[in-house]
Amino acid sequence: MKSSVITFPGSNCDRDMDVALKKFGFKNKMVWHADTELPKSDLVVLPGGFSYGDYLRCGSMASKSKIMKSVINFANSGGMVMGICNGFQILVETGLVPGVLLRNKYLEFICKNVFVKINDKKNKYFKNVDNEVLEFHIAHNEGNYFCTNDQLKEIEDNNQIAINYCDENGKIEDQFNPNGSINNIAGIFNKEKNVLGMMPHPERMIDTSLSGEDGSLFFKNLINNLK
Amino acid sequence: MIVNEQVAVDHGLNKDEYAKICDLLNRTPNITELGIFSAMWNEHCSYKSSRLHLKKLPTKGKKVIQGPGENAGVIDIEDNDAIVFKIESHNHPSFIEPYQGAATGVGGIMRDVFTMGARPIANLNSIHFGSPQHKKTKNLLRGVVHGIGGYGNCMGVPTIAGQTSFDSSYNGNILVNAMTLGLVKKNKIFYSKAAGLNKPVIYVGSKTGRDGIHGASMASASFDEKIEEKKPTVQVGDPFTEKLLLEACLELMAGDSIIAIQDMGAAGLTSSSIEMASKGNLGIEINLNKVPCRETKMTPYEIMLSESQERMLIVLENGKEEQAKKIFDKWNLDFAVIGKTTKSKRIELYFNQEKVADIPVNTLVEKSPMYDRKWKKAKLPKKNKIKKEDIKHLKIIDVLKKILANPNVCSKEWIWQQYDHTVMGDTIQKPGGDAGVIRIHGTDKAVAASVDSSAVYCWAHPLTGGKQVVCESFRNLISVGAKPIAITNCLNFGSPENDENMGEFVECVQGIGEASDYLKFPVVSGNVSFYNQTKDQGIKPTPAIGGVGLIKDYKNMITMDFKEVNNLVLVIGKTEGHIDQSLFARNILDEKNGPPPEINLFNEKNNGETVLKLIDNKLIKSSHDVSLGGIITAVAKMCIKGKKGINIKKPKYLINEMEYLFSEDQGRYIIEINKKDFKKVADILNKNAVHFDELGTISENELYINDKTKVTIDELSTSNKSWLRNYMSK
Repeated sequence: MKSSVITFPGSNCDRDMDVALKKFGFKNKMVWHADTELPKSDLVVLPGGFSYGDYLRCGSMASKSKIMKSVINFANSGGMVMGICNGFQILVETGLVPGVLLRNKYLEFICKNVFVKINDKKNKYFKNVDNEVLEFHIAHNEGNYFCTNDQLKEIEDNNQIAINYCDENGKIEDQFNPNGSINNIAGIFNKEKNVLGMMPHPERMIDTSLSGEDGSLFFKNLINNLK
Repeated sequence: MIVNEQVAVDHGLNKDEYAKICDLLNRTPNITELGIFSAMWNEHCSYKSSRLHLKKLPTKGKKVIQGPGENAGVIDIEDNDAIVFKIESHNHPSFIEPYQGAATGVGGIMRDVFTMGARPIANLNSIHFGSPQHKKTKNLLRGVVHGIGGYGNCMGVPTIAGQTSFDSSYNGNILVNAMTLGLVKKNKIFYSKAAGLNKPVIYVGSKTGRDGIHGASMASASFDEKIEEKKPTVQVGDPFTEKLLLEACLELMAGDSIIAIQDMGAAGLTSSSIEMASKGNLGIEINLNKVPCRETKMTPYEIMLSESQERMLIVLENGKEEQAKKIFDKWNLDFAVIGKTTKSKRIELYFNQEKVADIPVNTLVEKSPMYDRKWKKAKLPKKNKIKKEDIKHLKIIDVLKKILANPNVCSKEWIWQQYDHTVMGDTIQKPGGDAGVIRIHGTDKAVAASVDSSAVYCWAHPLTGGKQVVCESFRNLISVGAKPIAITNCLNFGSPENDENMGEFVECVQGIGEASDYLKFPVVSGNVSFYNQTKDQGIKPTPAIGGVGLIKDYKNMITMDFKEVNNLVLVIGKTEGHIDQSLFARNILDEKNGPPPEINLFNEKNNGETVLKLIDNKLIKSSHDVSLGGIITAVAKMCIKGKKGINIKKPKYLINEMEYLFSEDQGRYIIEINKKDFKKVADILNKNAVHFDELGTISENELYINDKTKVTIDELSTSNKSWLRNYMSK
């Protein structure tokens, strides 16, 4: 399986993603934001970080960078595109996934482990994951997902919500919502479910010595689903 | 502008210093030259009050590759790997403008580290604020934390440990000390010594603006009521540009085109160019029209003194300019050839074809003033005797809960959750433990780092306090299973012109020197911050020690959370019952006098090395050093972290229960071992003549003391975790 990780100026989880993808068997290439052509890929990842310093609005400038035209075409033709954290913010700015990401409710950066409940498994990202609940890690300042009521109805009707913040038993309640996201939304798909944007970092959960192993579960499953 | 004595005084120079400048130049300096002298001769850059004493610190050791004098210290961690590290203060700017002050402190120290070719892999910080009741404290704390996070998070470097304290002596002068560790191959370390004639001098990074002019001078003076007016001297940080600068510099460093490189920190272009010339025993000629400027009509004076951030100065090999420029173009950064090295041993500046400054380099460096300031030796205060009636009404659990909720002991989760501590995927011990630990990427090795200070002890008796801080750092590293290698120090003091403050400095440095010498824990880098003073009121002496140690196999790392019910808990080291200057004395008995706990360096070394031996033999399940709040506080924290309880039986010492549980004797650790290993552990401890007590057995969720007093761990956890969160949300 071939993957590509895009490096924007200011990306800082690009190497971590590269390490994770390779660990679980992807042949990964790093792609520079100023390139115009994507290498042949089964998966494209927009990594976390502070692309273009997150000036103007998080992800906004990156969404207009040269490589993004190819990424958008790739996504529109059914290619798998995953945006993590800043990558999610970039996806939102391109319009590939609906909604926006606001500043966290308490106006503070949050770095900690969270639990997320998988809402939909009829997609290549979460199909065959045995667990209902995963322990992931978040590290962001602008992860407060918001959309209009109409949009919310639409993404709910289409089952576009990927994961919700919850407790370890899968209970989705306000007290387990770290950033104020509407309906505890932590990640969403596009309509076709080939594009996934999520705030949590599975690449930081690939080792028992680090925060935990549920990221390993995610990546192992992902590469099997793509085969 | 005409330069005279008054202008010199306005620049922070005294009359004698001005006379010396005129004498050295054999003429009156022009305003640009005066600005350069004032920047190089201020306390912050010249170490004029501290140099004499710093020379006495032990700086050498088998593992030391580079000691003080470079951008940062470098130590060997084997297999051609080296760690570059340093701590630096950004106290004055952080008080005036907390967000930018703290942010640029973090940015500056990271630049010091990557200037040497190392990729930053961990940040730490030591931050100190006034009394929680003081009207400025909350906003300063919030601003500083946001600033540290804002910069470090954007750089993608994890903040793995830190220290936060509150004390009314910081009401008018907060402390913000930032520390960075970087990783470099031993054969790819870059230094700031220029070499060779007619080599191009290159400016890279951000453009130069009018921000931060005289920042270093401002940091070399006391505060008064007009300090808010100094806001324009605070630099403004742009972590995004620094991230680009980091990547571009490391890309350039992969080749062989750099002769010398120096970041533009305090006193900007002035100190960077002069340091490179001075170390290489060369001259430098700069055409100031070539310096990329952000604002129009900047004068030579402003260009030389600006402290705009995210800039570097490089001396390049001839003919490598194009190749280097390509890299900086790729990262969208300015790149300009602004001058060349010369044999003149002078710094010569040109602007609009005119020579605007011409100063022999040695007058700015070697011939800068050095003072042997007057200092007063501190007396060891008399011990207090605790009266039975003072403590008989106290209930242990109430006291414990109060101590766990004390601002200086309570959980700092509210702070470190705002720092990205997991980026780079190698943080194997997060903030909240004895030390932060990061794996060396792709290897089995890990590096532990901790930052400590004990202002109260240093204030009560500077010599003892100085020793204690080094020992505490030593202990924190050992507690996580790391072999201590070296330290960096950030020496925060009041005015050196006051003989008491100067005495505190001299004796703390002496204490640091004695302990680091004895423990073979040399000082490889550091920074002095004087004038942490508002009018006549100085801070408590606060030397902060950043220690670094190595864990050869990261799987042997130890954490402090209790692991298993029925395991035994031991106290390593003798408890004498020293209460003076303890949290118990100061906050519960309201007794502020008395000496700090004594330091016995032999015991420190022996106890520490023996604990390491136990760890190497895989006999320790969890460990934690005993510090503020004594044995019971240390144990309670291990219970909270491990969500376990403990049954404590006070050993049959002569001292009473309160003294046993709350005293702050040094050189002690709490360790958890498996019952079946007790004999092996006891043998090793006895063989090494290490005193230990059997304290108790791990149980489920309750803390019992001598079968009569109990409390649930949840209750203790709430006391420990709620204070800061509540304080900040009010």
